[in-house]
Amino acid sequence: MNLEKVIFGFFILLAATLNFGFFVGDIDDPAHHDIYELFAAIVVSLIATVLKFGDRTQIGAVHLATSLVADLQLIAAAMVWGYAVHISGDGLTAKATASVVSLSGGALLANVVSVVILIAETIMQRR
Amino acid sequence: MTPLPRHHSIFFLIMRRMRAPLILLIVIMSISVLGLTLAPGVDADGNPHKLSFFHALYFISYTATTIGFGEIPYAFSDQQRLWVLVCIYMSVIGWAYTLGTVFALLADRNLQQAFAMQRFVRSVRHLREPFYLVCGYGETGGLICDALDRMGHRAVVVEIDEAKVGDIELHTYAADLPAIAADARNPEILKFAGLTHRHCIGVIALTNDDNANLAIAIAARLLAPKIPALCRAASRDIAANMASFGTRHIINPFEKFSEYLGLALHAPAAWHLLTWLTGLPDTMVKRHRDPPRGNWIVCGHGRFGRMMTEAMDAQAVPVTIIDRQPPADPDHRWVQGDGTGANALNEAGIRQAAGLVACTGSDVDNLSVAVTARELNPDLFVIVRQNLFVNRALFDAFDADIAVVPSEIIAHECLAILGTPLLAPFLEEIRRRDEAWCARLLERLTGRFGWSVPVVWSERINLSRAPALYRRLMRGDTVTIGQLLRSPANRDEALECETLYLRRDDDDHLVMPTLDCALKPGDELLLVGRAGARNELGLMLAYEHTLNYVLTGRDLPGGWVWERFANRREKLATRRLP
Repeated sequence: MNLEKVIFGFFILLAATLNFGFFVGDIDDPAHHDIYELFAAIVVSLIATVLKFGDRTQIGAVHLATSLVADLQLIAAAMVWGYAVHISGDGLTAKATASVVSLSGGALLANVVSVVILIAETIMQRR
Repeated sequence: MTPLPRHHSIFFLIMRRMRAPLILLIVIMSISVLGLTLAPGVDADGNPHKLSFFHALYFISYTATTIGFGEIPYAFSDQQRLWVLVCIYMSVIGWAYTLGTVFALLADRNLQQAFAMQRFVRSVRHLREPFYLVCGYGETGGLICDALDRMGHRAVVVEIDEAKVGDIELHTYAADLPAIAADARNPEILKFAGLTHRHCIGVIALTNDDNANLAIAIAARLLAPKIPALCRAASRDIAANMASFGTRHIINPFEKFSEYLGLALHAPAAWHLLTWLTGLPDTMVKRHRDPPRGNWIVCGHGRFGRMMTEAMDAQAVPVTIIDRQPPADPDHRWVQGDGTGANALNEAGIRQAAGLVACTGSDVDNLSVAVTARELNPDLFVIVRQNLFVNRALFDAFDADIAVVPSEIIAHECLAILGTPLLAPFLEEIRRRDEAWCARLLERLTGRFGWSVPVVWSERINLSRAPALYRRLMRGDTVTIGQLLRSPANRDEALECETLYLRRDDDDHLVMPTLDCALKPGDELLLVGRAGARNELGLMLAYEHTLNYVLTGRDLPGGWVWERFANRREKLATRRLP
């Protein structure tokens, strides 16, 4: 057992599950999407990204790429949320909620890819 | 051989080292922001109010970066202030750790080396002019780089000692000298230093390790077979090995000098001519007295001593050896001792001897031998070996007849080979000629140019080096050397230089061609003279106008309008002729 692998797998899976938790529910109902969950998803996703820094393997590079995509989408979602609540003045409308959730949906896809790669890597390893 | 750090690994090294501090920063920021959104507060009207993530992130961003604006959007409650207090200290710890890691990373030797290597590789790759690859920046390498720089050539240096590489940066060279502290035995390093670069015009291996020089010679032969390699070799086996690899020029300073000494004993005028022609630029050659024939004493029978004895044997000069160990060949008289005391010298017959060679590996011993010997026999001809260039003040103070400085000999030889390829065949020629011919030539040349070392250079009459003369010759004009070597300021004066050697494309060559010798396109000339003459000749060879004035005495018109006028006048003049 490799502690590094455990920690990395933990963060990747946690990022995906948190993301999923935020994503489920009606797409335009703010009550179904908790902002703290989005925050947690962003933090965990960022940590998962940094954990992949400096990995020279091909799979490591793909991991880093998918993580970056997830970060980008989640941060975009957070920015849309911030804009809707604090700057536009309309508060969290159905439209704004829908775009926040759909962006997090994109991030979810990237996270799913990450998890698939992780599983593939684990299965490929014969030891 | 260790593989070299490549450029992308620098990026990975930084990323890997920054992993922990970045994660710590993310964790600290997220805990702070989360805590701030949970801490209870009140708004202006006293209603319960919590900070949103947006406000919390805003507040933490300026607090953590120590900017600090105040409390937004309403004044904080005490619970919020308590949490902010915790946040401030956490963020300070986070920044301190991150900055510490960054500075440690920048001070990291591996990273600095990787940066230096990358800078070096980039500066070599961007060289857009011919350059020499110099391996080893010791005394000889320093002399060569100096001279190359003065001659306007670029050089790239590979040196194993970091301190010496630092020296290069402190040294004021006219051009930038890309240098790297690395082992030149590694062919990868040589490649990075431009061995396979298309502008590399020569490899000069001058490290103090024969095997390293051999490795460089082999790498040069295999990786860049067209580039000439100049290698220093102190032992004969290595030199033979290099030669078997097709190394173009192998320089053994001791062998070179023993060859010179043989020449000096056998033909002093040829030897004087040779030292005058191959001296370091801007120095004065003293007219040495000729080494006398008679009994010689060799102090120290190392590599140099052995070669000196061989040179003297070849000239049938009797030799006595002073050394601590008996020499390998029993033919010579041998005196045990180190020669620094009078006893061994007396025993070797110093009072009757004609000359002495002090050639141990220690400068102090050599000087001590020389001083003692001079006191015992003031007329003695003394040759001292100077191992270290830095001791030159001592050797200058002791007025030896000849001081042999290996690094200088190698530097002279390299420069002669690099700067003027025709000099080597001419010097060969000198050795073949008789003494009277050399003496006459020496008298004439030194009478005209003095005893300071002249400029020796070669000119090739082709389209790139001498376009004006080449075009004229291709048109069918006849130009003799005497017509050409005139001052462009006043054509009645001769140019301050002379032709020593002329090589034709068809393997024909002329030694000391006469003034009425006609030039042909493709000829290569070896010239000797003053530095100014070199520039003036270059001007003549390149510019139609200067050449025309020198050859005919008429100035050609300059601009397009004047050329037109001149053409019409010429036509009119020819029409008016009967």
